[in-house]
Formats: sequence, C-alpha cells, structure tokens
Amino acid sequence: MAADASVNIGRARPRVEDAALLTGAGQFIDDLAEPPGCLHAAVLRSPHAHALIRDIDTEKAKQVPGVTCVLTGEDLAAVSLPLVVGLKLPMQCWPMAVGKVRYAGEPVAVVVAASRYVAEDALDAIRVDYQSLEPVVSAMDALQPESSLLHEEVGANLVNDRRFRYGDPGAAFADAERVVEITVDYPRNAVTPIECYGVIAKFDPHAEAFDITANFQGPFSMHAVMARSLKVPGNRLRLRTPPDSGGSFGVKQGVFPYVVLMAIAARKAGRPVKWVEDRLEHLGASVSATNRRITLKAAVAGDGRISALDWDQVEDVGAYIRAPEPATLYRMHGNMTGAYDIQNVAIRNRIVVTNKTPTGLNRGFGGPQVYFALERLTAKIATELDLNPVDVIRRNLIAADAFPYRTATGALYDSGDYQRALAMALESDTYKELLARRDAARAAGRLYGIGFAAVVEPSVSNMGYVSTVMTPEERAKAGPKNGAQATATVRLDPLGGVGVQVASVPQGQGHRTVLGQVVGDVLGLDPAHVAVVTELDTARDAWTIASGNYASRFAAAVAGTAKLAAERLREKLAAIAAAQLNVRPDEVVFADGKVAAAGNPENAIPFARLAATSHWAPGTVPDGAEQALSETVYWTPPELTAPDADDRVNSSLCHGFIFDVCGVEVERATGRVSIERYLTVHDCGRILHPEMVDGQVRGGFANAVGAAFYEEYAYGADGSFRAGTFADYLVPTALEVPAPEIMHLEMPSPFTPLGAKGVGEGNCMSTPVALANAVSDALGREVTALPLTPDRVRGLIDEAEPPAPAGSEALPEPEGARTLRGEGEERFAISRDALWATLLDPATLEAIVPGCHAVEQVSEFQFHADVTLGVGPVKDRYKVEVLLSDLEAPQSATLSATATGALGSGSGTGHVYLVETPEGGSQLVYRYQASVGGKVAAVGGRLLDGAARMVIGQFFRALGRHADAERRRGFWGRLWARLTGLRMGSGR
Amino acid sequence: MKPAPFDYVLAENAEQALAVLAQEGDAARVLAGGQSLVPMLNMRLARPGMVVDISRLHDLAAIHAGNHAISVGAMVRQADLLAHPHLADSHPLLAQALPWIGHPQTRAQGTVCGSLAHADPSAELPLLLTALDGSVTLRSRRGRRELSAVDFFLGMMTTDCAADEMIEQVRFPAKRPGAGYAFREFSRRDGDFAIVACAAAVTADGIELTLGGVGDRPHRRVWERLSGSALDDALNEFAWQSDARDDQHASARLRRDLVRSLGRQTIEEAQACRE
Repeated sequence: MAADASVNIGRARPRVEDAALLTGAGQFIDDLAEPPGCLHAAVLRSPHAHALIRDIDTEKAKQVPGVTCVLTGEDLAAVSLPLVVGLKLPMQCWPMAVGKVRYAGEPVAVVVAASRYVAEDALDAIRVDYQSLEPVVSAMDALQPESSLLHEEVGANLVNDRRFRYGDPGAAFADAERVVEITVDYPRNAVTPIECYGVIAKFDPHAEAFDITANFQGPFSMHAVMARSLKVPGNRLRLRTPPDSGGSFGVKQGVFPYVVLMAIAARKAGRPVKWVEDRLEHLGASVSATNRRITLKAAVAGDGRISALDWDQVEDVGAYIRAPEPATLYRMHGNMTGAYDIQNVAIRNRIVVTNKTPTGLNRGFGGPQVYFALERLTAKIATELDLNPVDVIRRNLIAADAFPYRTATGALYDSGDYQRALAMALESDTYKELLARRDAARAAGRLYGIGFAAVVEPSVSNMGYVSTVMTPEERAKAGPKNGAQATATVRLDPLGGVGVQVASVPQGQGHRTVLGQVVGDVLGLDPAHVAVVTELDTARDAWTIASGNYASRFAAAVAGTAKLAAERLREKLAAIAAAQLNVRPDEVVFADGKVAAAGNPENAIPFARLAATSHWAPGTVPDGAEQALSETVYWTPPELTAPDADDRVNSSLCHGFIFDVCGVEVERATGRVSIERYLTVHDCGRILHPEMVDGQVRGGFANAVGAAFYEEYAYGADGSFRAGTFADYLVPTALEVPAPEIMHLEMPSPFTPLGAKGVGEGNCMSTPVALANAVSDALGREVTALPLTPDRVRGLIDEAEPPAPAGSEALPEPEGARTLRGEGEERFAISRDALWATLLDPATLEAIVPGCHAVEQVSEFQFHADVTLGVGPVKDRYKVEVLLSDLEAPQSATLSATATGALGSGSGTGHVYLVETPEGGSQLVYRYQASVGGKVAAVGGRLLDGAARMVIGQFFRALGRHADAERRRGFWGRLWARLTGLRMGSGR
Repeated sequence: MKPAPFDYVLAENAEQALAVLAQEGDAARVLAGGQSLVPMLNMRLARPGMVVDISRLHDLAAIHAGNHAISVGAMVRQADLLAHPHLADSHPLLAQALPWIGHPQTRAQGTVCGSLAHADPSAELPLLLTALDGSVTLRSRRGRRELSAVDFFLGMMTTDCAADEMIEQVRFPAKRPGAGYAFREFSRRDGDFAIVACAAAVTADGIELTLGGVGDRPHRRVWERLSGSALDDALNEFAWQSDARDDQHASARLRRDLVRSLGRQTIEEAQACRE
C-alpha cells in the first residue's frame, strides 16, 4: 500500500458548501420544517440585575387568546433539577430564575402560544413583583466581603481561590535584579454570530423521552448536564443539530440552558415548542467572555530575561458558574508562560460571581485575557529597562531545539520554531516600512506607535483541564478526567460511493470541503466523490462527550480521525483488491478513482467496483480479509493526561505560534486609532486548505479589532445592561477592519494524524494586545484596559480641557460609573408658599404630570401614580412610586421615585429648592440622579441621558403652567394653596 | 422582537391619510421608509394603535428644484435626493452630508422627511435643515403651516408636529452666492449615528456653525468673521453652551473636544471652499 498521495490536502479546493449558502439554500434551524402542531415560545426577562421575585402573576397572560401555557421558575423547579455547576458548591443554576434574579435579562417566565407574536403580547400581561437588591457589578466589588450576596447558600461572592507554585518563584523574585508589574482589566465581549440560538423541542409522553433539535455546537459533555437536569437517562434525550449553522465562535454552546427550558415547556404544553432567540435577547443574555482583573509580576534580569512570573487573576463568571465554567480560566493553565521559557511560576486564581450574564465559550477562550497581561508586561519590561521590545521577546522565547517542550505548568508544546517566525516578520519590508513611518510621523509631531505580540495558540482541549480547579486531593477522590475523543465514520454504499460522518457540528468552517480532501486523498478519489454529513444525531451517530466544534479541534483532531477511519477502510479494501489483482496488499495503489497494482497501472479495477464488493458479493471477500463496509474510529491522543499531583496539566494537545507586528496612528484631537499595517506570522502546523486558514486568520483578526477598539458588553453601575442592539454593541465592519498581511511557517505537529494544529483563535489572543502595545508606544502611556475607545485614548493623552467661559459651567463629572444626572430651573409667578403647596398636592400632580392617569396618596409623603412616560413615539405606561423626604417647608425637599413598566424600570432621586424672587414670584431649582434598567436601557443608551432630562423637564414645565393657571383662578386657588401648604408644613 | 398589535391603513391619497390622523390623534404614527419606526415597533418601544402607511402617495415622492430652494416631498428617499442632478451645485452641503446617513441600504428605504419627523438628535438631516435655515410644511385637515427648522425641533425626538399633522414636504434653501460650505462628522464606525457632526457655512459677513449629536437637537451659532484665538474662544464657548450629553459611546467632554477641533476644521474647510 502506497503512502498518501496528498494531491488535495494543502490546496485551496473550491468550498462545496458555498453555492447553497450564497444562494439562500442553507438549512439553518429557523429554515427547518416545524413539527406538526408546533407552538412558539417567548421569554420574559428580568429588568433588574439583582432582585427577589416576590410574586409572578401570570393569570392575565394565560387568558390572552392563543396562549397555551405559561411556565415560571417554580414550575420548572418542580419537574427538573438545576444545571450542574463547574465547582462543588451549594450553588443552584437553573435555566430560569427561581425565586431570585441575578442578572438583567435572566429568564423569568416562558409563554407558549400559537405564534411568537401572541407569545410576546402575553409577556406584556405578566406582572412580576420584584424586591430589588443591591447589585454587585464589578469583579473587584465582588471580592469585598460585605458585597451583597448573589448566592446566600454559598456564603460569599468569591467562590473559589486556588494558589499554584511551579519551580521556585519565591527565590527567583528574591534574586531578581528588577521586578516589573502590571495590572490590567480585560473587558466583557463576545463574538456575535449572525444566527442566534434556536431550539425545537418535542416530548414523547409514552416513551418519556425528549427529542430536541438545537443549534448547539458541543462540547457534548453538556448532553449529560442537560439529561441530568431533565431527569432522564442519556438515551431519552435525543439531541440533533441542523445541517447548517450561522456561526458560533463558541457562543452556541450557551444554548444548552434553553434546551432544558424548552424541553420542559414542550412537556407542559403537550405540543412541540419552538423558540428562536432574537438579537436583543442574544446580546443581553446569551453568553460572553469573562472579564478579568490580572496583576502580573515578572522577576527580570537587566537584559530583559524573565526568571519568574507571578499571576494574580480575578475571574468574573457572571451570575453563575454555568458549565463548563470555570473553563475559561483553566483552558490556558498549561500556557501561563506563553511562548517563553520560564521555569518559576506562581499563580493565584480567584473566581467571583457578579450580577452579569453568565460566561461561556467564546473564540479565544481565556487566551485574550492571559496575553493581554503577559504581552503588555513584556512591552512594559522593555520600556522600564530601556530595551527594544523585540529583544525582550527574543531573549525569553523557547529555543527551537527544545521541542517537544514541557512548560512549567505542565503543557507539552508539540512543535515550533519561534525564532524563525520572528525573523520572518522582522526581516520583512513591512516592518522596515513601519519603522520608517514611525520616525517620519514622530518627526512631524504625530502620535505613531508600533506594537508586537508573541503568543502560543493552544488547540484540541484536554477534557480534564477544568479539574485543575480542584485540589489534587479532590481530584483523587473524583477520579481522573482527561483526553479529547474525536470520532469519524467512513462508509461505502452499494454503488461504491464514499460517505463520511463526523461528530463535529460545523459553523461555516468548511468541514465538508476539507473532509472530502482528506478522505479523497486516502482513497485516491476526487473530493467531489466523497459525500460528507456533518449534522449530528445523538441517537444514531457515534459521539463522545468531547464531540463538537470548539477549541479549534477540527483540523487537528476531527479531520485527522477521518483520515484514520479512511485508512482503516483502505486497508480492508486493499486486502480484497490484492486477491483480485493478484498482488500483495502492500502493493495495491489507490489513485485517480482506480485501484491498481504498484508499478503496473494496467492491472487495475475501478474504485467503485471494489468498494461495492461487500454489498453485492460478500462471498468473494477472500479468507483472512474482512468485509469493507464502514469504519468508525475513536481517536484520543495519549499526550492528554489528567492533571498530576503537582497541578501540572497538559491543557491542550497542539500549540501553534503567532508573532504579530503592527503600526498605528492616534489622532490627538479625537483619540481615534487607525491601523496602518498589520502583519501576522502563523505556525498552525500543516495547512490543509490555505484559503480557509487565511479566512480563519482574517475572521479572528476582525473579532480582535472589535475587542481592541469597539466591543464591550457594557453595564451601568446599577447592573443594567447597556449594549442591547448593534447600535450599542459596536462590531467593526469591513470598513473598520483592514486586511492583515499573513505569513505562514509550517511546523507540523507530531501529535496529530495530519500534522495540523488549530488556527481559528490565535488572532483573538494576539491582536488585541499587539494593538494595545502599539497605542502604548504611540502615546508613551500604559494601556491597561480595553476597548480603546476615543474617550479612553483621550484620557491617556490627558490634556486639560479649556475652561468654560463664565456662566456656562457644566455639571461636575461624577466619580466612577456614569449615571444619568441633570439640573434645571423654572420660574413661577406664584409665591414660594403657593408653589410648595402645589408641589405636594396629589390633585395637582395628577393634573400636571404629563400622561398621568391617576395619583393615589398612600401615606402623607408617599404617592403612587399610573403614568405614561416617554419621548417621541417611545412611550409606555409605568407604575410610579414617589416618596418625599427631607421636607424643609417651603424651601427644599427630596423626591425619590421608582418607575416600573414593560420597557424597563427606573429609579432616581431629585432635590428641589424653592427660592423667592424679588418680584414676589418663585423659582424652583432641581438636581437629579437617575438610573434606568431593562429593555429601554439596553437599546436606548444613546438617548437615555437626553430622554431623562426631557421627561423631568416636562414635569417641571407643566408644574409651572399649572401653577400659573391656579394663580389666575383667583381666591379659591389661593385658599386651597394656603390650606394644603399649612397641612404639609405642619406635617414636618 | 415582534410588534404589539396595531391597525394599519395603506393610504390611497393624502386626504385619506390625514383623515385617519385626525381621527386617531396621538395613537397613530405615519410610516414612510420605516427605518426608524419599524425597529421601534419590533422592539415594542413604540406601540401605536394605528400605522398610516404613506408609501403609495406618489405625489409626495417628488423633488422640486427652484432657483432659491429645493422642495422634498414626504416620500422622497434619502438616496433619491442624493442622486438628484446638480445637487452638488445647488446644495453643496447636502451633497457632502447625505452620504453620511446610515448605509446605502438604509438610504434606499429611509425618507428625508421621515428622518426629520423622527428628530433624532444625532441624525444628519435635522442638522442640515437647521444649518440651511430650511422649513417644514405640515399638513392636516385643518390646513397647512410652514415652520422654520428652529421652531420645528423642540427636543429629543420631539417636534412641533401635532398629532393630526404630517410633514408634507421640506424645503432646503439653495447655496447662497459667495458662500462656502463644509460638513464633517465623527462617529465610532462608518454609518453610525454621529457623536458630533458639524455643518459650516462661511460668507463674506460671517461664519455659521451648526452642531448635531451634542445636545438634544441641532444647535446653530452665527458669528462675525472670526479667526485665530478669537475663533477658538468662540468655539469653546459654543462647546460649553451646547448642553453636551453623555452616553456609552462618548462622554460630554469628548463631545466638547470635538466641537472645538472638528468645528474648527469644518469652518476652515468651508472657508477654503469659498476661496
């Protein structure tokens, strides 16, 4: 048998997927035929970041025509179990809030109805009585012991604290010439697939089994989590995926809680239920990368050589440690020294919960966070030691002859020549041009900087790495977890056609094209003759918990396993062919659709005829040979062992390398950064399809430009979500993303069947920090946070603002998080006493508050009102509660108000001061601070400040008009004013 | 993201549309290009009881170019105005600024008058109407009235258009002889709403600068001819008096900075156009 011809691997064959996708013929979940009798679900979500649910009234919603049922957290808890969390903790993580909401956007109720329209109408009819609690928004706040508890039964918001030591970091720091330290904050962001989540759930009451189609992507370890939550054995949860996916980038893993939720809804409804997530739901409540505060110290010699690293990481996983978290924190555990040969490492990993959306898989997965600290630090070492940053990188790189190389924290780096990759970039014309441009720009007084990043890109995750969060003793008790099982089946049909099935669930990466190439090469066939099926059905297909499309495992693990399956089939076919060709099996050659004797191409049979043998004439298969029909291979690399007793873990199988160089110019007046040139050198092992590899690089780069400059899942200080639309969460478009220059260095992995390594996530790790380093270089300032918005960059430039001319001072900028605030004044012809009375009179309020339907005086200083509030066409009816305090009749008072409606909720505090004017009239001055949550905050962030000013201004202007009208009404009005004034005055 | 139930009338003529508006009052909204209203409907931010679709009113889809002004009917798409022959000669400011509105796809649907009726403080068209001292013709069953831009825009997404009125047409005065015009905008991404947009006109007598995106509606300031530090001082005063807003994309401080820097660049460009 001859070795691989490799006529197709390594070539950019046309993608077989594209014709259907480009002509609108893709089969995405929302394109699939709905099962007969299918109903539609809509999800009611919390407007509060942190609140107790005192009561949910669903009666009116149930009466909306077309509604089948309404499901609340209590209903869910009665028939299912919480989702397993990633740590041994008494933390309950449900797919829908039970008793308490812990993030804005958390599901609170599900309506199942004849259509999505009706279901959304019914959501408006659900009344939830919340008791809001103090939110915990930042990771550092969560570390405070007195912070408001998210999970009372856990007892703290700091839910895990692990320390690790490798080598002797203490001695290395004691002996170091210098210690360089940096503290950085990596923000919350996510790659946002164009297709949101979708689930079609069915329940068969006779078999007590669920049948779910969802655009889930794996890892299929989540299948066990879902089945346990649904209280069924795994074989009664059939999970299928649609043929096409509108992207995932890891994010589709987060559909799994909705699989459970819709499964329960389908059981309650007694009918199939379909739910398709909309963009508002997706941005606010699907999943995001973790935000992380990192303090990283290096023990450094004068030449920049690093002898030890000391990591202190605070990982914010949001409201729950939803499985597979805390994987983001431990995915990189073997790679905490990056591309560098550093033997002494100390790590402290703390995990906190906050009132934000739970985190999960997202392109880069832990890498962007780690490298933002590590590569900012190498740049800072260069600055502090007055060295060239390239020299600091070069002096610390792992030597080319050291592979396979074991890192201090346990990873086994498979292959690489980092020095050569550096040389390719630094000897390029691009780099020389960047240096010249920087000199020229700086000579002209402009802000220009060059940034570098050297990163190791891990791929093919060890399923055991998350267990590093446990102590060695806990792991010993729980039993070892490790490996990365990939599966592939290659089968032959009666006409000699070849079919391939893998448990991978592609999201646009071109699995069908590449698997056609791989299997075609093994069997000597044109890839077009190989039919590839990539949707998965857990009831029929071969799969394991490691199945799925994540951790950049396709090229390295899945395509390699397909190669092994094809080879096993070829071996059996060769034995059958040998008898027909009268040669030994090792003399059979598979090429050009034929099977021939080596050295004698005339002695050949068509492949199809040979392949059909075991279907039509199994009796002709010679003694000693086996039937050749179908081969399924399960492959797991032996290098992926469980974490050892010293907490060393080979967290991934493959380790690509990336070296990036870029030049940016910063516009001083605006803080805008433009990328001049971007060069990225990649070692992703053997390249299977060059165009698709470059496509992965470009895609990751575009995501990274977003992370560096634009994208943030922003939260208000009150925990309200502020990025609910693509006008608020800014994803860069083709106009903002320049084309990177890409160079390749192929260092095949010795650990994978094809020599390939992952490539899809690398630029998400390298590019944000390379750009941050370039901006640091341009400004001569330390960049410690992303995204580098115009405001953040201007803040670093730090120029004093020209003072306001007399009489036009703005309000002082508040410290910390921004809140809505404002002030204003109105003048009135009536006296101050009369104005005071007017202000405190419910009848007056009812008359003057724009859109007020009714005011009820609950107690002397407390009013409830039913009010239509809004700006322009954006109007809604709110229940408003107003409390007056600090009454100093007739000169000042404090008003505290909360408003709750379907569009969201708001609260605010205002101070009013009444002053007498020399003309005998009065003047009212007001200042307020307000916060707004829910949908209106998520989608209206751009306009909230102005809208709040407008609504509040309307109120006081209406007060003025009313007061003047009262005055004109004469005696009775004045008497009324005096009487009520006395009452309020005596009430103090 | 499905709208709440609403009634819908596809108006056959203007009289029918006005009759529905007169009858429904505040509960009705006019639908023209739908680029603002439809997303608000889908997100249930707007819940009108009645939507009056005027897209069939072809009489309102006309552009009339006169010597002194160009009149743009209620159903004229932004792309149509941009493609109007000789626009760059008669209305250089419009020709410069219209490409900044959204994207080709949204301009092909969105109408000129719809954007003005929506009165988003960061949108380009309210700024342009204010900068050119244009006017709005409102029509109802009660009759017609014409308002200047300054009188029309009352605040954020709020205009003087009464519940029974609709915009029939708007009027942009033509280029004044000897005047130079310029438009500049700073936004986070191409096609985004402006963080700050500036329109400048420089004539022999003075400088006019109109700002969008800063306060709750466009602000216009007219100065005698100024230059050097006097212009800087004037811009700084304008920046501080424009009631700059904070939002998550830009602070009030950045907006003021942009008024000073972008404002000056826009004025200088308009000056250069004039020369």
